[in-house]
Amino acid sequence: MLRFQARKVIAVLLVLFFGCGLALPNLFSQQTRDAIKNGAPSWIPRILLPIHAVVLGLDLQGGSHVLLEIDRSDLIRSQVTQLRDDLRRILREERISFQGGIGTIARGVQVRVPEAADRAKLLPKLRELAQPVGTLGAFGPSSNSTLEVTEQPDGLVQLSVTEAGINERIRRAAGQAIEVIRRRIDPDGTVEPSIQLQGIDRILVQVPGLQDPQHLKTILGQTAKLQFRFVAEPGATDVDMLPSKDSGGQRIPVSRQVIVEGGDLIDAQPAFDSRTSQPIVNFRFNIRGAQRFGQATTENLGRALAIVLDDEVISSPVVQSPITGGSGQISGNFTVESVNNLAILLRAGALPAKMTIVEERTVGPGLGADSIHAGKLATLIATALVILYMLATYGVFGLIASIALLVHVCLIFGLMSVLGATMTLPGIAGIVLTIGTAVDSNVLIYERMREEEHQGRPLVSALEAGFQRAFATIIDSNVTMLIAAVALFSLGSGPVRGFAVVFILGILTTVITAVTLTRMLIALWYRWARPKHLPF
Amino acid sequence: MRLLRIVPDNTRFKFVRFRRFSYPLSAAYSMLVIALFLTVGLNYGIDFKGGTLIEMQAKNGTAEIAQVRSTAHGLGFGEAEVQEFGTAGDISMRFALQAGGEAAQQAVVVKAREAFSANYDFRRVETVGPRVSGELVQAGTLGVVLAIIGVLIYLWFRFEMPLAIGAILGTLHDIVLTIGFFLITQLEFNLTSIAAILTIVGYSLNETVVVFDRTRELLRRYKTMPIDELLDLSVNSTLSRTAMTATTTFLSLLALVFFGGTAIEGFALVMLFGVVVCTYSAMFVSTPVLLYMDVRFGRPESAEEKAPAATKAKAKA
Repeated sequence: MLRFQARKVIAVLLVLFFGCGLALPNLFSQQTRDAIKNGAPSWIPRILLPIHAVVLGLDLQGGSHVLLEIDRSDLIRSQVTQLRDDLRRILREERISFQGGIGTIARGVQVRVPEAADRAKLLPKLRELAQPVGTLGAFGPSSNSTLEVTEQPDGLVQLSVTEAGINERIRRAAGQAIEVIRRRIDPDGTVEPSIQLQGIDRILVQVPGLQDPQHLKTILGQTAKLQFRFVAEPGATDVDMLPSKDSGGQRIPVSRQVIVEGGDLIDAQPAFDSRTSQPIVNFRFNIRGAQRFGQATTENLGRALAIVLDDEVISSPVVQSPITGGSGQISGNFTVESVNNLAILLRAGALPAKMTIVEERTVGPGLGADSIHAGKLATLIATALVILYMLATYGVFGLIASIALLVHVCLIFGLMSVLGATMTLPGIAGIVLTIGTAVDSNVLIYERMREEEHQGRPLVSALEAGFQRAFATIIDSNVTMLIAAVALFSLGSGPVRGFAVVFILGILTTVITAVTLTRMLIALWYRWARPKHLPF
Repeated sequence: MRLLRIVPDNTRFKFVRFRRFSYPLSAAYSMLVIALFLTVGLNYGIDFKGGTLIEMQAKNGTAEIAQVRSTAHGLGFGEAEVQEFGTAGDISMRFALQAGGEAAQQAVVVKAREAFSANYDFRRVETVGPRVSGELVQAGTLGVVLAIIGVLIYLWFRFEMPLAIGAILGTLHDIVLTIGFFLITQLEFNLTSIAAILTIVGYSLNETVVVFDRTRELLRRYKTMPIDELLDLSVNSTLSRTAMTATTTFLSLLALVFFGGTAIEGFALVMLFGVVVCTYSAMFVSTPVLLYMDVRFGRPESAEEKAPAATKAKAKA
């Protein structure tokens, strides 16, 4: 063991030196790192620049973590409404006579069509509405379509969404929701939020450095589905009774027919009304929206519009003159803040479904800073205690173990920096714990050497045997730890996962530092001191 | 210079014989844990129970705890647990899960902000709805179970079944004791506690594996040594290492308890307890378990094997 090829020594030292070098940028300030990043010539690959630092978790830098869930029942409800409209349209277009009205069943609608000939016309039309669902079709005949059409002998025709159809819809809605949420939270691209899909129906939003998550929750909690409709005339059928903000929450009849929807908006800006100096929102339609809106207002002069946001009439102005320019304004009892929010919501577009906040965690920046400070202190003191104890027990070998320990901690930070791993508060606990357990490999080796020497082996042979015999034990004990750590990583979320990462990296690097580095240093010591016995 | 040695060389402690005390002790303790679990129960945090946790700090440095308590109760969300912790001026409030599903939890935070934000800085706000808390319980339990199964498989490959079972029994013992620690101290049981338990699982196995590694080696070397002597020898010859590693880990955790801040104090305390328990159980619980199992059976017996039957008979005695 005491012979090392020069090439190998250099290679190991290079790896360790480079690995520890990766931790170096953590000592720079963010400004310095940015300066290096911008100042470096472009031919140097970014990965080689000292700009990668450990990312601090929200629990250390402060910020908000909000978990949203798509409201499944709301999504089903809106799908059933859609089915009802489709069914009504088809019945009308095909001039099919039916008994009673269109009834609602769980997840669908039904209608009674007595004539077999009519049913023969209706059923293929209904089946055309269905869409195949991705690859799910391979698993069963009933799950390969978004819709299920059944016909009963008494003439009852049922149309319902399938489980696969709902899941497909949720998947699509989640994808759209992520885009909408990003536009809402980060309209100027300055906040750098992290928005991720979790499972199929959840979205995790993490915004660093946010003091007050109330604003965030306000703009996330709204669907922001905007519709322009008319207030229904007396005696009209097909109306919804919606609460009106103008009349203090009283419900007013609103025609079900939608003239233009929020999707046809291309811009919305907060402003002040020039006459009343009330806060308002100015908006512009795209060409299609402008045409429809122009036509509807031309034909319905004198009627009251209903501007409906999330099933609430926020304003019901009377059409004074045809609005054909494609732009208009929404006024109502707004404050400056609510106008700002509304403009952001309208620009970002509507969420495809209602979303509920199922988990929230917010840490203030003060607490984060305190945690970092305490963590640094604990790390330093733990390192000092362990090093002192190792020196007191093993002398020169303790010094070697301490060097390996320091390199080990540097390597963890270096690897975390490059991997872009997140350091969390439990992660700091992991570092401190690792400091205690990292020397275990050294201890195993040293104690084994001691035993071998006691059994009468000459020193060189004892050193050799110590490494050889202890190696299997080191591997076994570290693999079992690693299995527990991986289990922790796979189940954990956020902070706990940060702990698992540190733990895993710690186990991996300890094998390198405690075995390879220690071995080299002991060989060096042996050559230099030429001892006859172990120093402990 | 004289160097420090906490364990003398060539110890000959009869670890295995000590099982007469350690087993009844562990059995009694386990019963106590089960009884406490059923009567007192764990002090579940909001991760598992759902609800709202708010930590705040008085802007002028002194927290009016009685006033906070009465205001919190007046918010109409039921009894709130209000406590002072850490440095002066820090207060934590815990509201139980509100009826009315996910959205109802948000109202608590809004109301609390209105009531306290004039005099207090909000340092931490956590709300966990009913669905998420249920899933976190599942994930936590699953993690521990998966870890144990994974380790069992690895040990089975590396060590033969009896040693694997011995190691797992020791680990289960440590988990029970750790849960007992949570029950007695009423420390909050949350996601970090699951992390602590899994770390203890890792540490416990680590301790046992080091001893069993030696057992395996000695089994190969001394084919006829009585099992109890062989097990004692395994523990004795790894004793100085066990003591060293326990001490270094203990020292670093001590630093974490005293200087790591209130947020990880709980984790550090549990780990501190865990290190003591794991060290104890590796020596006094999992190793003696091997007495009751045929550790020599199933091992490819070599030609020099003299009297396996005699050894086995002794092992069973």
